[in-house]
Amino acid sequence: MPSENPPIARGAFPLTRWSVVAAARSDDAALRARALDRLCAAYWKPVYKYIRLKYAKPPDEAQDLTQGFFAEVLERDLLSRFDPGKSRLRTYMRLCADSFVLNEIKHAGRQKRGGDAVHLALDYPAAENELDKQTIDPASIASPEKFEEFFEKEWIRSLFSSAVEDLRQLCGARGKERAFALFEAYDLSGDDVSYSQLAEERGILARDVTNQLAWARREFRRFAQDRLRSVCSTEEEFSRESKALFGGEF
Amino acid sequence: MAFLSDQAMERLRNLEIAPDFSGTRYSLVRFIARGGMGAVYLAEDKTLDRRVAIKVLDAADPDGERADRLGREARILAELEHPGIVPVHDLGRLADGRIFYAMKFIEGARIDQFLAGLLSLPERLRLFLRISDAVAFAHSRGILHRDLKPANVMVGAFGEVLVMDWGLGEFLPRPSLGTAAAAPVPASASTSAGGEAGHLSGKTQAGLVVGTPGFMSPEQAAGSSASLDQRSDVFSLGKLLQFVVETPLGGGSAGFELSRPLRAICGKATSADPALRYQAVLELSLDISRYLDGAPVSAHRENWGERFLRFYRRYQPAILLILAYLLMRALFVIYSRH
Repeated sequence: MPSENPPIARGAFPLTRWSVVAAARSDDAALRARALDRLCAAYWKPVYKYIRLKYAKPPDEAQDLTQGFFAEVLERDLLSRFDPGKSRLRTYMRLCADSFVLNEIKHAGRQKRGGDAVHLALDYPAAENELDKQTIDPASIASPEKFEEFFEKEWIRSLFSSAVEDLRQLCGARGKERAFALFEAYDLSGDDVSYSQLAEERGILARDVTNQLAWARREFRRFAQDRLRSVCSTEEEFSRESKALFGGEF
Repeated sequence: MAFLSDQAMERLRNLEIAPDFSGTRYSLVRFIARGGMGAVYLAEDKTLDRRVAIKVLDAADPDGERADRLGREARILAELEHPGIVPVHDLGRLADGRIFYAMKFIEGARIDQFLAGLLSLPERLRLFLRISDAVAFAHSRGILHRDLKPANVMVGAFGEVLVMDWGLGEFLPRPSLGTAAAAPVPASASTSAGGEAGHLSGKTQAGLVVGTPGFMSPEQAAGSSASLDQRSDVFSLGKLLQFVVETPLGGGSAGFELSRPLRAICGKATSADPALRYQAVLELSLDISRYLDGAPVSAHRENWGERFLRFYRRYQPAILLILAYLLMRALFVIYSRH
């Protein structure tokens, strides 16, 4: 079953050129499984939070619906029906989630999934914790467009979180924990600190802070790009998404 | 996995990927600007103890094509030693493998910002002549700019006018001395005398449109890069001339209106048919110089009234002196008779 955040394992797949959409259509079962794995990693949190807020579902019900949705993606092979010419993958995923939830609500009395149904090991308490931190009042999201925006934002948050995790693992593997700590302190914490403050706290030169941060940021972007590319169906879509995400190609 | 706040997300979306200059003779001072494929930084040259601008490849480059382009841009700048073209100092690679080049750091303003303070038309035209001098020099070295526009012209702190961003520049076969101004040199021509040009021309794929809408020639916009010659830059200069003249003055005052000769010069430079344009930048410059001197321009056939007016403006002091003399003489004769 898919893990929450499959690490970018260079060498296992040429991930920079790998797309879930292409992989979902592959004859190779292992590749298809990786596609679902990657898809879940990118979308489960946005889908879960979206169901929680848009349909005002309590946690346990939203968890069932999220599990059910990804099981349906796999069982009905929804990914292979995606047409990149008509929409972006995340719009398709959101619409599929809407359709699934509405269908489930309509047939509320039908038998619950169980037995040999697909079950994903997802960290729902963490998602709940994030929703608490975001302190979102569903009533304040007045229009369907706002829910779309919310889904997009959560999708970006999920993508970035995965890329940060990739970076953390890379820093651990290469003994560059200090670079990650600087990245965390300067770019993730939200605290207003200067390079010289960070250098002073750690007893290093400001130039070292510059260089280590530059390296960490570049690696973060590379991971974010890799993950973004893998959930885009074409190079053109990737280029467009990259521009929207980072304000320019790089 | 740690939760990313909205603030952290915004920060991550706008990360400025500062280059790592360790292992080079440079240390980073600050970010200056970002272009299509590269970012420009202010850096300190530790060996020579001076400030330089460094352009670093800052774009996805899976097949190395952009690195080639940046390298070609540096070699173009090295080829063009001219006061109107920013000099390149160094070409190298960062520790992460990205290519960069170092050039002179220019403190100044972009031409559109600078023009607001130029209060007279002759000043603006003389500034334009310095731009066209740099471009004519590049053509004489067999190089097209292909992206001439206001954003790519800077005026330095001491009034030096510099044509920047040769990233779309293209080597042409090197013309023999004395023919640069006369004969258009197509990019697709054979390169027997081209030297390096032979290796580098044709790097831009046929059919790929590069340039800036509003300033690029129709043939460039059509993607026929192989058939571009110096007349394509002449077109862009014509558009730039119009911009230089018409840009509003500071304080909200309107820019200058194009007089009929200037309108004719712009019209000829920006003709859709390259054969009807000035065939070389020097011909365009010559017409501007004639206009500044009050002489007739080749692009415009004057009527009698215009010829008289121009003649009057050109020799105004002498004409007024003669008229004053004749008037005095006439008054003297009348007074004597009475």
